[in-house]
Amino acid sequence: MRTSTRALGWLAALALVIGLGAAFGYAPREAVQGNVQRIMYLHVPSILTAYLAFALVLLGSIGYLATRRAGWDRLAASAGELGVLFTGITIVTGSIWGKPTWGTWWTWDARLTSTAVLFLVYTGYLLLRGMVDEPERRGRYAAVVGIVGAANIPIVHFSVKWWRALHQPSTILGPEPSPIAAPIAAALLVNWVALTLLFVYFLARRIEIARLEDGARDA
Amino acid sequence: MTAYGRRALVVLWKDLLTERRSKESLNALFFFSLLLLFLFQFALGPDRERLQSALPGLLWLGFVLAGLLGLGRSFIAERDNDCWEGLLLTPGDKSAIYLGKLLANFILMTVVEVVLVFLFGVFYNVDLWSALGPLTVVLFLGTVGLSAVGTLFAAMTAQVRARELLFPVLLLPVQVPLLLATVSATQIVLGGQPLADAAAWLKLLVGADIVYLVIGLLTFEFILDA
Amino acid sequence: MMITAVGLGKSYGKTPVLDGVSLDVPAGSCLVLLGPNGAGKTTLLRIFATLVRPTAGALTVAGVDALRDPERVRAAIGMVAHGSYVYEDLTALENLRFWATMGGQDASEGRLRAALAQVELEAVADERARTFSSGMKRRIGLARVALGRPRLLLLDEPFTGLDRQGRKWLSEFLLAFKSGGGAVVLATHSFEGALGVADRIAILTGGRLALDQPAAELSREGLRRIYDDLTDSNGRTP
Repeated sequence: MRTSTRALGWLAALALVIGLGAAFGYAPREAVQGNVQRIMYLHVPSILTAYLAFALVLLGSIGYLATRRAGWDRLAASAGELGVLFTGITIVTGSIWGKPTWGTWWTWDARLTSTAVLFLVYTGYLLLRGMVDEPERRGRYAAVVGIVGAANIPIVHFSVKWWRALHQPSTILGPEPSPIAAPIAAALLVNWVALTLLFVYFLARRIEIARLEDGARDA
Repeated sequence: MTAYGRRALVVLWKDLLTERRSKESLNALFFFSLLLLFLFQFALGPDRERLQSALPGLLWLGFVLAGLLGLGRSFIAERDNDCWEGLLLTPGDKSAIYLGKLLANFILMTVVEVVLVFLFGVFYNVDLWSALGPLTVVLFLGTVGLSAVGTLFAAMTAQVRARELLFPVLLLPVQVPLLLATVSATQIVLGGQPLADAAAWLKLLVGADIVYLVIGLLTFEFILDA
Repeated sequence: MMITAVGLGKSYGKTPVLDGVSLDVPAGSCLVLLGPNGAGKTTLLRIFATLVRPTAGALTVAGVDALRDPERVRAAIGMVAHGSYVYEDLTALENLRFWATMGGQDASEGRLRAALAQVELEAVADERARTFSSGMKRRIGLARVALGRPRLLLLDEPFTGLDRQGRKWLSEFLLAFKSGGGAVVLATHSFEGALGVADRIAILTGGRLALDQPAAELSREGLRRIYDDLTDSNGRTP
């Protein structure tokens, strides 16, 4: 592992510890939902990180089609894997949050549904990657799906939003002014930064491994 | 007529000619539509009202399922006859091939949809005729989106292992937003309301169709490439 | 020079299929690639056709850098290979019409029928290709490339499925093509056919070029001896 990656890992670990402290110590206990609401400090940063991952998939896909250099494809593949992981975390934490709050493990509300569709799209991306052996063709095909997947995100967002409205209105990414109290916002921000750092660390390590794998295969 | 247009049209001509000669896809899809009719009826039970209220969803479910079968076969002639490379070696913008295939698929899907609408109207005894104009608009927009992405993914999966499995896995998640839009719009239209009430959904469909068409035209050559 | 290849190599992962292949093909000449199965003839041919990207080396075809601008190369070549690009549900004429239009050429019926007559398929012009033998399908492929007026012909086992008359016809066709300024690269393991049309003979074994000589310097027996030396008697590399 490169020193810079190792340093990043330590930084991410530190940020996570701070984040945990903020989530459990600093942020107040929510009046109506109780302590289970604290899972939001993982749930929301998780989906934001997933969006970041999928943006990187798009970047890597376009980069690969434009230059045919394997580095771009490695970026797309690694970001894709992590994106699916964080989307999965979002869904699971959303489900855990939902059970005591709304009484069910799953609801077809706008946000959960959009996230689930996202999960399906990019799992398909990973499945496709797994089924094409030749690296050059794999990169090209995956890139096309990566681009379609990214274009799909806003379309899914709007279609599902209009279709259903059970979930709390989007207090972070929505156009209405945010009604969140300052300490909650601060804890959220800290955890978002921490999770992003963790993501970047994982991404760096995953790309390193991919580069080694490619090198071993071609040697 | 530009060379590009001629190439797109000759691909369309070839596919329509092949289909008219072999009638493989059309026959199977027609029969499949008939089967769906029975499947839906049996799955939902004899309650007429249940069926009628589920109608928009069933209609589009039928189209999408037929699309999975029909679109997945888009490039089967190229694969079976080993013509893939031949297409790759043709000079000029490869997106003409995509356009031709897309038009052929669109026509095929439209024929299947007309059949399905007719069958639904007759067998489920629902009035689809009075809203036929607005319904046609929704059908058109939904079919464009389905064909655009379906043709692109069909080209990709034609050369991949387990293509029958991968094609639906890739296509369906991308179809979800289109499905939400078309089913909602169909519901509005079949409820007797004017088309304008579904304006938001139609706008979404138009936007999505344009996005997918553009992506298809731009990225097809990368799927075809050696 | 129609083809200039320097140090071409192709590996799939760790498996090398071609290694260090360098050769030149001047316009108006025919290069025959001989070699046992698996020696890399087809791969080399496909690299010339820009269907396969080499993992090493440089290639110029018809004056164009094939690695940087494969599209322009494709406009100048015609390929007839194992999969002769024939749609079985279409007639011979319709197949030609399709490929001629795709190639941007004049696809008028008269011209297409004349091309079919050239390969002696005018009798079956309106029959579906499903009933054709592989030799007939190859001939459709030759008609197709003739329509395109390419500058370079790439042929993979063109003599298969042709009877004596067919071989004679093909040799004459290739001679006429060469005298028109075109170049031909032909991969085969048929000696008679090869010697009849070759200006240069190259032998590929194990992905490497083992021989590259003017055909005039080789007699049939000499070639056979060299070929057997380079590959053991079973046709495999030693």
